[in-house]
Amino acid sequence: MASSAELEKICSQVRRDIVRMVHAVNSGHPGGSLGCTEYLVSLYFDIMNHDPENFTMDGIGEDLFFLSNGHISPVFYSVLARSGYFSVSELATFRKLNSRLQGHPTTHEGLPGVRVASGSLGQGLSVAVGAALAKKLNKDNSIVYSLHGDGELQEGQIWEAAMYAAGKKVDNIISAIDMNGQQIDGSTDHVLPMGDLRAKWEAFGWEVLAANGNKISEVTEILNKAKTLSCKGKPVMILLKTEMGHGVDFMMGSHKWHGVAPNNEQLAAALNQNEESFGDY
Amino acid sequence: MKKYTFAEKKDTRSGFGAGLSELGKTNPNVVALCADLTGSLKMDAFAKDHSERFFQIGIAEANMICIAAGLTIGGKIPFTGTFANFSTGRVYDQIRQSVAYSGKNVKICASHAGLTLGEDGATHQILEDLGLMKMLPGMVVINPCDYNQTKAATIAIADYKGPVYLRFGRPSVPNFTPVDQKFEIGKAVMLNEGTDVTIFATGHLVWKAIEAGEQLAALGINAEIINIHTIKPLDNKAVLTSVKKTRCVVTAEEHQMNGGLGDSIAQLLARELPAPLEMVAVKDSFGESGTPDQLITKYGLDTVNIVDAVKKVIARK
Repeated sequence: MASSAELEKICSQVRRDIVRMVHAVNSGHPGGSLGCTEYLVSLYFDIMNHDPENFTMDGIGEDLFFLSNGHISPVFYSVLARSGYFSVSELATFRKLNSRLQGHPTTHEGLPGVRVASGSLGQGLSVAVGAALAKKLNKDNSIVYSLHGDGELQEGQIWEAAMYAAGKKVDNIISAIDMNGQQIDGSTDHVLPMGDLRAKWEAFGWEVLAANGNKISEVTEILNKAKTLSCKGKPVMILLKTEMGHGVDFMMGSHKWHGVAPNNEQLAAALNQNEESFGDY
Repeated sequence: MKKYTFAEKKDTRSGFGAGLSELGKTNPNVVALCADLTGSLKMDAFAKDHSERFFQIGIAEANMICIAAGLTIGGKIPFTGTFANFSTGRVYDQIRQSVAYSGKNVKICASHAGLTLGEDGATHQILEDLGLMKMLPGMVVINPCDYNQTKAATIAIADYKGPVYLRFGRPSVPNFTPVDQKFEIGKAVMLNEGTDVTIFATGHLVWKAIEAGEQLAALGINAEIINIHTIKPLDNKAVLTSVKKTRCVVTAEEHQMNGGLGDSIAQLLARELPAPLEMVAVKDSFGESGTPDQLITKYGLDTVNIVDAVKKVIARK
């Protein structure tokens, strides 16, 4: 089990990757990526049982992760590369022509670590439920994880999947919501107030946990707790309170950095705030 | 004109149900999902005999398509079942992103396609589904003509790895395809060799094309009749070989003229072998309530319409 200090060092490097990737092509989504760094690092470097060097689509005997809010591909690609699914040098191809690192994740170019395309929102929870059902049929006791944006909860299909997973006791799934309270047109409260999300998920029949998504020790602790609650009849939901742009001071707390890349000066400032702990790509 | 006979009329959806049931016994990886239409899709036997591999999703088609995509991860071969309207237009983005673009081995099985679902009316009578599905890169699109062929197609697509759209319907139609005829994806079936015109038909209109062929023979017109059960990939070779001989074409389908079989054949011929072509199809219109026979007549998809189209196209040669 990795220590919080070790995981924090990885987070710092992942944050450097994120801002460098979006800066290099002057496009991409740094805000949500930075806010979900702790969650993905904790999953891939501590929580999940997985085999990065021998990726198979079916992932038999492995825990699986589905990124439903595919626009935060920079953090996903960085974590996949840093955990060994492909060479970190390939991060330099992000969003470029002929790259396996498309703007939104896809299986189409054969990038190891990606098991479904995402980007059009609202589909990933259903896919994760399907993968969890396949695990049950295969008598595979592994866990299926998924991550969703809070704005994404405005998509009706999320609630179709929520109703199904609880109603049919798909209890080998641990999902999380990136509760940064921001979406493209402003705060979620401004765009469409969603009310009490904990109460909503509980009413749908999920086991609901909450944590500070930007504190690595809390994230790891809540994921371990979620594991102990899984496979007991209910799907598990973690509401992760995060800050969009976390780790880069001028990107924090605003929706403005949802889909905007930093300029040269902003990149330098962002890199100054995050130590090069494992070497830039 | 070769003589075709049939022992009974049967619905193509029952052919799907029978095929699925057989797959349940022979292929342990086949799983089935349904959005509250198990009886209509004739999936009851599979659901009863293989309850652990049957997923009743409820009225949530988007969820069903994406759960099916997820089930492929782990080696399952999911067959989804609902009406054609809810199998395509309602879930287009789910199919596009999570199935087609993701290259998932999902079989989208769609009943009650076209006008012949009858009295339920235009909300349920999708006439655009073949076009929607054939536009998706990598999607195989199949529209068998009778019970036996639908059963054979259902069994065959389990052995093909990749997304498939399988379209069938509600009414009972002549079941004339030999019970032992092998179903080959993308391979057209020659029903009658002729010299004066080629009739390419798909789905329920294949039998209408046979009836038209008999009437045309009585008029001294020797029609070649080909069953195109696979709209995509189209059997280009069969189409071109036939049209080289007959030099004129009629297409027949229970679908919009835009986006259907006729459109695919017209594209191919315009590129490779321009020839006069008439289409028997719905002409940019929604359907309405009525009996299947009344609707086929009103919307110009009957035997007489094929005969008239043949006369017209031969005159254009």
